[in-house]
Amino acid sequence: MQVLSRLAVLLLSLMVASMAVFAVVNVLPGDPAAVILGTSASPQQIADLHRQLGLDRPAWLRYLEWLGGLIRGDFGVSLISKQPILPELQGRALVSVPLALFAMFLALAVSIPLGIVAGVRYRSLSGSLISALSLGGIAIPAFWAGLLLVTIFAVQLHVLPAGSFVPWEESPVGALRSLLLPSIALGLVQGAVLTRYIRSAVIEVQREDYIRTARSKGLTRGQALRRHGLKNAAIPVVTILGLQLTSLLVGAVVIENVFYLPGLGRMLLDAVRNRDLIEIQDLILLLTATVLVINFATDLSYRLLDPRIRASR
Amino acid sequence: MGVSAATEAVVRVSDLSVRVGTVEAVHSVGFELAAGRRTGLIGESGSGKTLTALAVMGLLPDGLSARGRAVYREQDLLALSEGELCRLRGDRLGMIFQEPLSALNPVQKIGEQVAEPLRLHRGLGARESLARARELLERVQIPGAVEKLAQYPHQLSGGQRQRAMIAMAISCSPELLIADEPTTALDVTVQAEVLRLLDRLVDEEGATLLLITHDLPVVAGLCDRVLVMYGGHLIEEGAVGEVFDSPRHPYTLALLESIPSLDQELPGGRFQAIPGAVPGLGQFPSGCPFRNRCPRATEICATMPVLEGEGHRAACWHPVS
Repeated sequence: MQVLSRLAVLLLSLMVASMAVFAVVNVLPGDPAAVILGTSASPQQIADLHRQLGLDRPAWLRYLEWLGGLIRGDFGVSLISKQPILPELQGRALVSVPLALFAMFLALAVSIPLGIVAGVRYRSLSGSLISALSLGGIAIPAFWAGLLLVTIFAVQLHVLPAGSFVPWEESPVGALRSLLLPSIALGLVQGAVLTRYIRSAVIEVQREDYIRTARSKGLTRGQALRRHGLKNAAIPVVTILGLQLTSLLVGAVVIENVFYLPGLGRMLLDAVRNRDLIEIQDLILLLTATVLVINFATDLSYRLLDPRIRASR
Repeated sequence: MGVSAATEAVVRVSDLSVRVGTVEAVHSVGFELAAGRRTGLIGESGSGKTLTALAVMGLLPDGLSARGRAVYREQDLLALSEGELCRLRGDRLGMIFQEPLSALNPVQKIGEQVAEPLRLHRGLGARESLARARELLERVQIPGAVEKLAQYPHQLSGGQRQRAMIAMAISCSPELLIADEPTTALDVTVQAEVLRLLDRLVDEEGATLLLITHDLPVVAGLCDRVLVMYGGHLIEEGAVGEVFDSPRHPYTLALLESIPSLDQELPGGRFQAIPGAVPGLGQFPSGCPFRNRCPRATEICATMPVLEGEGHRAACWHPVS
């Protein structure tokens, strides 16, 4: 019941987001016809192209056509290349989605153990060391980490490619190799941020009364933390995880450009440069939908973790 | 009554000090908990009652350290390793905490939490331990014990949560049960019920009880002996009747006089309070910690007196006679 109402809110948000995206993209300065025809075009030529591209029709009609198409799975046709957008999107997603997933996986694989150790040993040298390292990780921008990794592993050691992408169908291993450095660059910052949050959640939770109660039953500090602390500590971390995933999408746009990967981020930048309105709309709505779905999932996972929320909402 | 040599002490605390960072908060406290007896530990907030109990249990928060001895069955609890202490805690030594909502894990079912000591110390399996947990919840008179097993702490009332906490603490029939202000967080009507329950269970189990409270009538109703703490010092101890009828330490006297009674005409229509306030940690005067609030204080009080007397002992240069 509660989940259904959340789902309804999600769909409604998507609706509103589509309107907002359409409105913003269509008031954006820059005329696709002018871009296509160049600076020497006459007003007549531009008006003709407008008619040809359907840009002369009222905005609400174009919005409804776009939305209707999306619902039927038709993402429209690029104004510039005249190619259908969906196959292009799918191809690009095969680069961006694995990139984001690898980065997140790396971030979690690093931050969960480090964060817990740093939280448990926050008074000792090893805890402080992890803490300082993670601060360094946060301070390093993803693109700079990317350039550094390229310098070391591609330019100096020649073990991994410096950029560009080997398609999956050509060589899965090659594809993985091309995604490795960008994933590390992207995951590094995320991992550092998560380490900080996990550390403070673990420190916080160890001070809770129920940890003392658990120890009064005969559990060691470690057992008390594992059996009673970690699930409680996960609740604030999941919130951050949702936000981090969102910022990962933004980071991916940058990293794809650093490593010259044909992903969704590069596609978006190209579309903006070319004033390819439909493509921009599709991509921004896709990103927005991803963020909304991540938030929805975060919300659901709260329910799994915290019985108090299950009861009250 | 007094401590007769015949009664065996379950725990013998001597020269116990607790430091908070560099400040000493409990000063060289010593007392015995006689087997099967109930001892009340009273004093205002900040007197070091809870720290003393936590030190005995080995549960002091990070940054606090204890020195001295707390001997349980020939083992000094303060010298035991974490592993050895863990075998005793929850099994031979049980503890009930003040605030049952925060002392219970909010994301774990009551049944699991009550069953945990049985799994840990008795090696019971999931099914057996849950069956025992249900019996325990029935024993602490929680209505609908079967449903409560599968509920979370927030779904129980305050009184039920404290009952569950008690069930947890007595699950392995501990020899020593420490109850730290077990009713302070509860409604007045519920307090009486929980205390009656605690009274009955301690009787049935034959456990030794250390009851920490600032509620003197509770000690009078439940305990045989009483320990009075102020400023981290143990300042008076004795049988409940003796201490309450003829207190020796001016602080104990003031504490007893501050209890309003229903038939008593309040002078000026006001409650009688001890003048001044409890100083902060590390701000007590040297010597007798009470001397800056004490009407009887003289120069000699700058030196801390020792606990004197047989059975009924007080640490005061100018005891009330």
